[in-house]
Amino acid sequence: MTLLEVAGVSKSFPGVRALDDVSFTLRPGEVHALVGENGAGKSTLIKVLTGVYRPDSGELRYRGEPVSFAAPMDAQRAGISTIYQEVNLVPLMSVAQNLFLGREPRNRLGLVDRGRMEREARDILADYGVTTDVRRRLGALPLGAQQMVALARAVMIDAQVVIMDEPTSSLEPREVQTLFGVIRRLHARGIGIVYVSHRMDELYEICDAVTILRDGRLVHTGELAGLERIELVSMMLGREMSPARRQGFTAFAGDHDADDTAPPILAVTGLTSRNRLHDVSFDVRPGEVVGLGGLLGAGRSETIKAIGGAYPIDGGTIRVDGEDLGRPSTVRAVAAGIAVQPEDRKAEGIVAGLSVRDNIALAVLPRMSRLGIVSEARIDAIVQRYMTRLRIKASSPGQLVGDLSGGNQQKVLLARLLATDPKILLLDEPTRGIDVGAKAEVQSLIDELAGEGLGVVLVSSDAEELVEGADRVVVLRDGAVVGHLTGDRVTTEDLMAGIAAAAAPSEDPA
Amino acid sequence: MTPLALATRPAVRSWLPDYGVYLAIALLILYNVAFTPYFLEWSNLRIQLVQVAPIVIVALGMALVIGTEGIDLSVGSVMALAAALIPLYLGYGVAAAIVVSLLAGVVVGLVNGVLVARVGLQPIVATLAVFVGGRGLAVVISDGQLKEIRNPGLINLGSGDLLGVPVLVWITAVLAGVVAFVLRRTVFGRRLLAVGGNRRATELAGVPVARVLITVYVACAVLASIAGLLSVARIQSSDASAVGLLIELSAITAVVVGGTPLTGGRVRILGTVAGALLMQLVTATMIKHDLGPSTAEMAQAVIILVAVYVARERKTR
Repeated sequence: MTLLEVAGVSKSFPGVRALDDVSFTLRPGEVHALVGENGAGKSTLIKVLTGVYRPDSGELRYRGEPVSFAAPMDAQRAGISTIYQEVNLVPLMSVAQNLFLGREPRNRLGLVDRGRMEREARDILADYGVTTDVRRRLGALPLGAQQMVALARAVMIDAQVVIMDEPTSSLEPREVQTLFGVIRRLHARGIGIVYVSHRMDELYEICDAVTILRDGRLVHTGELAGLERIELVSMMLGREMSPARRQGFTAFAGDHDADDTAPPILAVTGLTSRNRLHDVSFDVRPGEVVGLGGLLGAGRSETIKAIGGAYPIDGGTIRVDGEDLGRPSTVRAVAAGIAVQPEDRKAEGIVAGLSVRDNIALAVLPRMSRLGIVSEARIDAIVQRYMTRLRIKASSPGQLVGDLSGGNQQKVLLARLLATDPKILLLDEPTRGIDVGAKAEVQSLIDELAGEGLGVVLVSSDAEELVEGADRVVVLRDGAVVGHLTGDRVTTEDLMAGIAAAAAPSEDPA
Repeated sequence: MTPLALATRPAVRSWLPDYGVYLAIALLILYNVAFTPYFLEWSNLRIQLVQVAPIVIVALGMALVIGTEGIDLSVGSVMALAAALIPLYLGYGVAAAIVVSLLAGVVVGLVNGVLVARVGLQPIVATLAVFVGGRGLAVVISDGQLKEIRNPGLINLGSGDLLGVPVLVWITAVLAGVVAFVLRRTVFGRRLLAVGGNRRATELAGVPVARVLITVYVACAVLASIAGLLSVARIQSSDASAVGLLIELSAITAVVVGGTPLTGGRVRILGTVAGALLMQLVTATMIKHDLGPSTAEMAQAVIILVAVYVARERKTR
């Protein structure tokens, strides 16, 4: 018997055929991986399954019956729950309120029974590894915990099908294990799970079946166990993946020949920010890629932002080429040659409503102008240069960045940074949420830039990316430096060991 | 849905919010040419243009502020302040009076801008203070009296002609051109749109966001003070309790009807001018056909709703 099934579904948008005759079957108790590059049609398929979109043609069957959901609420009521990448709960309401939103337990007077609600919320969330005061505002919780609340909420609604769209992208390894524990329990209860992720290890650990989409078409569907990783990847990409075989998993070429004796181009000393950063110090030499390792919340992003002048600090100095930056501000940092690529591309990186051209030129407008009037010719030249160099795929420089794929958005952002002729690049998760092809390109670019003598600081939750991309790794925990990996010790094993050694003694190893 | 409908709908959707206002003006003009006697008379067009000029000037500044995802409620009060200051300094000459009233705009703009950009207040709250207090101050400055203006230089600004076109209209057209140029071709204009589109990202790109925002609020207030002094010149009297009353609403309406989204990041200057003209035309048409101002207001309300509805379609894409 099948739980949820789509047969021959097609869906078009202006100019794009997002889904072309795609069929997909989910059995009860199955954890079904849905994979594909960005733009393969995963999101569209999910939206068809959850009633957000109506297919142009094809049929949706739920528990054997043809169904048609008019709205997402219908799908939810029928037992199909979705957990999106961006947690969509109410940040200003308490954890318990979020959990019970719309289904609050009532007392005899018909009023919300807060006591019971909070008690039950505590019990439920304990199963998900969330042990926080349920009266706290949800928004105050770390993203991982918020996601667990979202999951708990989805499962509570008597879900038969749970769709998870990159559920682990903001989780720490330990949280991932908790999530997998929950998934296994759901699996045992016969709930069908659609699992969307870019992370191979996770897919092979938790999923039974896999469906691969490419350019809106179904490429492969079947058991996951018999499918080799390299086959899976090449089916996703639709090309022979010889580069992926080379040197592990990333497009990084190896160590850079940074001059060990050269004076550091970036010297950070005693960076301190109340509660978040404690005496963080490290150097970056020209041509060197320094990785910042650690778990979520270790202070990697905060360190990067603090150096870029976008995070308040209480103490510490930042020197660029030996010169003290003084009180940091974003304006001063950019002027000194520091370029920051923030983790959250949509919220802090691109300006979605502006064109590719305007986005690239944004940080260098004064240089592109005379007496405050911009020179279109000079902008065109620089835009052309970086669109070519980074192979940005857009219909024209005038296309809105919001309409590009994630990978191309990231490239536009990098182009903006490079246009400022930076001495130091601070990259926070440069390859997150972008397709495999763009990922490889971004990784090669980082290599290339380091080769040109830039100092690069790299933050990545992908251990392989960090280890293969960086020459040295500075390991952070709870906002403090707890280890350095250099030379032969820059390996995933040593990184894990460094992080694990740093873990508080009371915690069990995952 | 037929294939044809599929193909045309998105096109209309993106076309309508951008050009709907011009279409509406064209239709209204056609209607008037056919059914309203003397509509095409130059004297009638003159009156319409002169009446709409202050609204257009204020709306230009409002469009800039809205482009940064802000709003400026204080424009009417700034007009009143400018108006109240003019008779006090007219004794030192027209230039002095103009400079002082423009300076009032600069001061108010700085206050608004600093409250928004540095203190971090929401624009609607930050500008509410001057909205409430500014007119009060203006009335105090002018002793609550209507003052007649007899200075020929100033009066010429308000009712003179240049090449057969009112000076007021020339000034408005030039200001619209300048604002459009600044927005399209200057560093400030580009930064303004980026701040409105994504303030956080613009900040990280090293753009001095606070300075951009303060400049925007100063520009808006200065434009409002220009509108104030031109209104005084036209009416040939200064009445702080009446000048620019409720103009913030007309200005916001013009901006929205002209296709500038309230969410920032995009500003349509020509659309804003057209938005103001459309509302003026609607009122004029109603009056010519003996429908009262209240009917005109209801018609305007419908236009606003349509404009907002059409804009919503674009946003949800």
